Amino acid sequence: MIPLPSETTEDTIDAQTDEARSALLDAMVADLGDAVVGHHLMPGTDLWVRVCTEAWGDLAAYLRERQRFRFFGWLSAIDWMPSPYGRSLDSNVDNILEPPDASKVAETVTGFAGGDTRFQVMARVHNLSTNLGLTVKADVADDALTVGTWTNTFPGAEWHEREAWEMFGLNFAGHPGLRHLYLPGEFEGYPMRKDYPLLARLIKPWPGIVDVEPMPGSDEPSTENPEGSN
Amino acid sequence: MTAISDRRQLAYIAAQAADARVNVEIEAEGMTLNIGPQHPATHGTLRIVARLDGELVTDAEPMMGYMHRGYEKLTEVRTYPQVTTLINRIDWLGSFANEVPFILAAEQLMEIEAPARAQHIRTILFEMARIANVTLFLGDMGVQLGAVTPIFYAFRDREHILNQIESATGGRFHPNFDRIGGVKDDLPAGWIAETKTSLGKIRSFCDEMEDLLVGNAIFEARTRGIGVIPADIALSYGLTGANVRASGVDWDLRRDNPCGLSYDKVDWKVWTHPDGDSFARYWVRLQEVRESCSIVEQLLDTLPSGPIMAKVPRIIKVPEGEAYAETENPLGVMGYYVVSKGGLEPFRVKIRSASFSNMSITPWLLKGSYVPDVITILASLYFILGDIDR
Repeated sequence: MIPLPSETTEDTIDAQTDEARSALLDAMVADLGDAVVGHHLMPGTDLWVRVCTEAWGDLAAYLRERQRFRFFGWLSAIDWMPSPYGRSLDSNVDNILEPPDASKVAETVTGFAGGDTRFQVMARVHNLSTNLGLTVKADVADDALTVGTWTNTFPGAEWHEREAWEMFGLNFAGHPGLRHLYLPGEFEGYPMRKDYPLLARLIKPWPGIVDVEPMPGSDEPSTENPEGSN
Repeated sequence: MTAISDRRQLAYIAAQAADARVNVEIEAEGMTLNIGPQHPATHGTLRIVARLDGELVTDAEPMMGYMHRGYEKLTEVRTYPQVTTLINRIDWLGSFANEVPFILAAEQLMEIEAPARAQHIRTILFEMARIANVTLFLGDMGVQLGAVTPIFYAFRDREHILNQIESATGGRFHPNFDRIGGVKDDLPAGWIAETKTSLGKIRSFCDEMEDLLVGNAIFEARTRGIGVIPADIALSYGLTGANVRASGVDWDLRRDNPCGLSYDKVDWKVWTHPDGDSFARYWVRLQEVRESCSIVEQLLDTLPSGPIMAKVPRIIKVPEGEAYAETENPLGVMGYYVVSKGGLEPFRVKIRSASFSNMSITPWLLKGSYVPDVITILASLYFILGDIDR
């Protein structure tokens, strides 16, 4: 058992990466101007930048060409609407710990860097030379549900956008072929939306602690398999 | 193995292999080749529809979803400790590695750091998951090209690592061992010495593979220059792991962002290869297994004493916020984007799995290749279906 060397350089590293992230944020604000509508910086950890809906499509090219984010991590979406099913889909055991609260369910709260709409698209890119990751977001207008595509800059975004299209029902203008990726072609609905129920739980509620068959010799009959029903 | 240098003989062998493995449908225009969904090269149920012009692939379209289990939706109705049970099943050959980035994201939200010993144990098991996973690839690549022996060696020697994972965690394939704030248990007595013995067996397995495949005339003829991926294309498709390092990109999250894991306390090397072809991908993975053995050995020697769990409440409620954590998994970069609304379960979890992005390059890569090379390219990209379909 050799004790670990004491960690000496942690503070300085944190300060450096923080500096790099705020410089990146400043550069993005300077270049994109009003298109940057929100940001959130966690020193030494991560950076979130939110742009307006119209700027989303061109953001990919800007990040790749100007900021040297050559690596495309992923692209996805989020539905900020609280689930109308509340905690009814949860196990009863969990509900005892924290009873369902009707007042909490009503409001829609968006996360880091803010937001005004129910749906947001987000993507992750990475700069290999500075070793910085960046999460970018954009609102998706509730009536149009359309944003620009990233496939012209990052061809790898094609599958990710198809997934977001079938799971959330978002359109990506300019995408070469939005069609089902995982789900069968005749599938109806958008499963990752919060108002799409988890059907398995509606049919049979989550049991939480399952009724356990009694040990041999105990008097209590099993509820799962009552005597004589075979 | 006898070296066969006659190229005509090689072409004949390749054609034989191709004939034995595919179902062919002839349509009105050209020919459609249906590979899978049940096919030994697909590690699960992947279907690839390829349009052919003679032997040339003019268009290839992978079709997924045969194994889609909806984990992103399911996580929204599971508590944080329950989620690790699910995500164990994403990449089922290196299960422990799936848990770590999710736990790291949850720890980032809760502002907890695991104690040094727990981080060490995590890193050891993480690397052993990599060895168990990639060992199978090293043998499997041979079997895709018609050499049957390596896969048996791979299964035989992987067993030593799985036995060690089992004796430490209780699960051979799905350990479910990582916890928010640390790990479930300490290592059992005598485990360190046994693990060192099994690592020795993996090292000799790597040497055997090098003797059997690398330098073999058939293997080289069928992998060198096949499925070349330039570095910039690889990055814009989101390729990661050995696939991108085989294209000459010197990027490994274990070295570049080892947050929450003990890689910075070990002396090791990131292997790259400039060629970007199927052979390079095999070669890089072979070196990485050796490097992993060395990492585990060093970590076993420097295991610090101390607690294995940080102070964590019994009922885990994660404060409001968003966090993204990613690690260098056996198949490539795996990341979890976790959004919490302060409840018992996540509000949204985006799972960035490596194989999904690694496979998204196949339509580009397979176009213009020949039918026998399709198998080589798919095998060398190395994907696990659970990791594509999630």
